[in-house]
Amino acid sequence: MIEISVNLFLLTMLAVTGLLVVRLKNLFTVAMVTGIYSLLSAVFFTLLDAVDVAFTEAAVGAGVSTVLILGTLSLVGHQQKEHKTVQIVPLVIVTITGLLLMYGTLDIPPFGKGDNPIHQHETTVHYLEESSHETGMPNVVTSILASYRGYDTFGETTVIFTAMVGVLLLMSGRKGKGSDCKEGDRDGR
Amino acid sequence: MEDNVILRVATKILTPYILLFALYVQFHGDYGPGGGFQAGVIFASAFVLYTLIYGLETAKLVLPLRVASLCGALGVLTYAGVGVATMIMGGEFLNYNYLNSHDPEHGQHLGILLVELGVLITVFGVMVVIFYSFAGRRGAKE
Repeated sequence: MIEISVNLFLLTMLAVTGLLVVRLKNLFTVAMVTGIYSLLSAVFFTLLDAVDVAFTEAAVGAGVSTVLILGTLSLVGHQQKEHKTVQIVPLVIVTITGLLLMYGTLDIPPFGKGDNPIHQHETTVHYLEESSHETGMPNVVTSILASYRGYDTFGETTVIFTAMVGVLLLMSGRKGKGSDCKEGDRDGR
Repeated sequence: MEDNVILRVATKILTPYILLFALYVQFHGDYGPGGGFQAGVIFASAFVLYTLIYGLETAKLVLPLRVASLCGALGVLTYAGVGVATMIMGGEFLNYNYLNSHDPEHGQHLGILLVELGVLITVFGVMVVIFYSFAGRRGAKE
């Protein structure tokens, strides 16, 4: 009973913050609300026993992303442009997609049940039973991420590296002709 | 924010603990939640905080952009290096069992430790570089 009411409260707060992000016009406030949204998701992930995901969400979503969004806003200004016209087509598309996603959840097996397909698959059983003496790691999440699925993590690390290369190429401050931005100008805030 | 005494002092006190916590998250990842990715972000957030309070120029004296971007590359190199090492020692790419010829479990320990270290270094470097790049540009309205 308590768990259900806590979940309901968190989901309601998530919906409210989501609506706030859409409705608010001051983008600094929106950045803060996005941070709150991430923190709420982190709490929700903790309740679902996905502690590693919650940790990442709190560190990346609520921490670094918010700072990066604020950094972007200090470059582009913090007031959203007014849109007077109500756009019908996006609204219809979003509504239909949302309804389809809700319809899709009907096929998802109930949360946390022992006889769900995911728990009976031989890979899951192998990870849970063999991981501790195959890798010597008490934390199965770490052993899967770093050892069993080491290729995936390598790919992810490369993606992050690629992001850095992209940002450096786009934002390193080297500009073409007609620009008055010199190296000494870039002293930041 | 650069002339606010409370923020400056609080930052100075907090920074070492943030770095220490990042290392805890990194090396405790084998036993509890955490790992290279989270630790890298937390490690970088200490530098983000320092940059916000003390300014970009001061932060670049502590950690130049060049070093941060080198870190970004070094981590991937560490990760791939472990893979190449396992290949040289007779196994498949990233099969840590071959890192220790006597005990595969020790090999796994060493491999996971090094690989997570690579992730930490890359994520840390990349986050700092991205933040520096955004903070180092002047906005149109300033």
